[in-house]
Amino acid sequence: MTNYLALIYTEDMDWSDPQTTMSDGYVEFNKAAAAVLRGGNALHSTSTATTVRVVGGQGGDVLTSDGPYAETKEALTGYYLLECADLEEAVKIAAQIPAAWSGGTVEIRPIVEFS
Amino acid sequence: MTDAGDAVARLVRDERARVLATLIRVTGSVDLAEDATQDAVVRALETWPRDGVPDNPRAWLLVTAKRQAIDHIRREGRRADKETAAMGLFDPADEPAEVVRDDLLRLVFTCCHPFLSLDAQVALALRTLAGMSTAEVARGLLVPEATMAKRLTRAKQKITRAGIPYRVPAAEELPDRLDGVAGTVYLIFNEGYGGRTELAAEAVRLGRVLAELMPDEPTVLGLLALMLLQESRRAARTDADSTPVLLADQDRSLWDFAAIKEGVELVGAALRRSADTPNRYAVQAAVAACHALAPSYDETNWDAVVSWYDVLLTVQDTPVVHLNRAVAVGERDGAAAGLALVDGIDGLDEYPWWHASRAELLNRLGDKDSARTAYERALAAGMTEPTAGHLRRRLGDLG
Repeated sequence: MTNYLALIYTEDMDWSDPQTTMSDGYVEFNKAAAAVLRGGNALHSTSTATTVRVVGGQGGDVLTSDGPYAETKEALTGYYLLECADLEEAVKIAAQIPAAWSGGTVEIRPIVEFS
Repeated sequence: MTDAGDAVARLVRDERARVLATLIRVTGSVDLAEDATQDAVVRALETWPRDGVPDNPRAWLLVTAKRQAIDHIRREGRRADKETAAMGLFDPADEPAEVVRDDLLRLVFTCCHPFLSLDAQVALALRTLAGMSTAEVARGLLVPEATMAKRLTRAKQKITRAGIPYRVPAAEELPDRLDGVAGTVYLIFNEGYGGRTELAAEAVRLGRVLAELMPDEPTVLGLLALMLLQESRRAARTDADSTPVLLADQDRSLWDFAAIKEGVELVGAALRRSADTPNRYAVQAAVAACHALAPSYDETNWDAVVSWYDVLLTVQDTPVVHLNRAVAVGERDGAAAGLALVDGIDGLDEYPWWHASRAELLNRLGDKDSARTAYERALAAGMTEPTAGHLRRRLGDLG
């Protein structure tokens, strides 16, 4: 079995807006994929993001900047953690994530297992 | 090299991919399996010409490769436990015949997996299935060797790390997946069509392997037929200065009649196995067979060629197929009829062959001014050499 992170890219979203709430599609997906779902979250919109960088090595000056805001249509808006037999199964599951069939994309990356 | 050495080299080469395929299944690592197989191949090439070929060459290679794999794991000292354990338990003599038989199929479908880019599929097929070295693959595809090495490493890493499965697709996925495999092999063939003969020969070899593994699949039979029939004209396709010779002007006595015979038989077998749904490779091969069986260009059965294109359009309705059909109609019913059809095809304004076909038909109809413009458009649209040279000569002949 391999663990995969499914990164969900869509238009920037405000999930907390009562208008958007978690759509039926995601409720259904969560139920349908329960057997392989090991975790996952929706992210607040990119307007809430803070970028952190330390100048001068470990313990140096902490620089923060507001954003980045999504300048393109595609922003990271959520993720799932999947445990699947292989990439074919992971792709099959990812194809059911509502973002994948409603104009967004899902990037699947295998997770490194440190032994 | 001696004759015995040649025979050994051929035998080793034929067995190499199968041994590699089994080792990948057992070790789960393409890299490790490749290194071990390569070592075993080198051993075989050293010892067999001297000591004689063992009774069961494949088993000999497998046992040797197994030992090499264990050595490699120990030397590298990484993940030793899991892999050594797998290798220790692996006994080539105990492997179920049907599992071993399917190993090469697994390798075929993994190398040509749609989760890999087409570039990666082609490189992997040539490296692992055809057994070419990285340097040979790089030369064949006109890519710097370092670039090719990186491409191969990335592809192998993706297979292992991302978990591309090493298995033969289930029945319901097979048609699509087989189409992908055929597409990759045909792409390799076309890379070799223009001149890099070794790639075309490798593609035909891969086609033979596929036909041996899947003797009832029309896609596979049609693909091999198509490649053999196109390859049968190689000696006649260019003159002494490597200038292309058009089909109409080729010296047909130079054609490879053994390849034509085999190709035509395969077309028959492929068509019989796809009576319900036309198979695009089988139908393209049928067109090629019409040409291959014609004693001269003028005696080509254009009716049959046009009919096969009609069939092809039912499964592959593309502007390029329409163009090929229009050119065949031009031969059957005259240049005016052909030109009317060519002019009616939309979407090929950037396609040099569309302009070149128009130019030929206009030329035949005596409309030199329009022909000249069309030849120029074909060249401007990026017709590649040496065909571009041919067009320039036609343009010069117009005066």
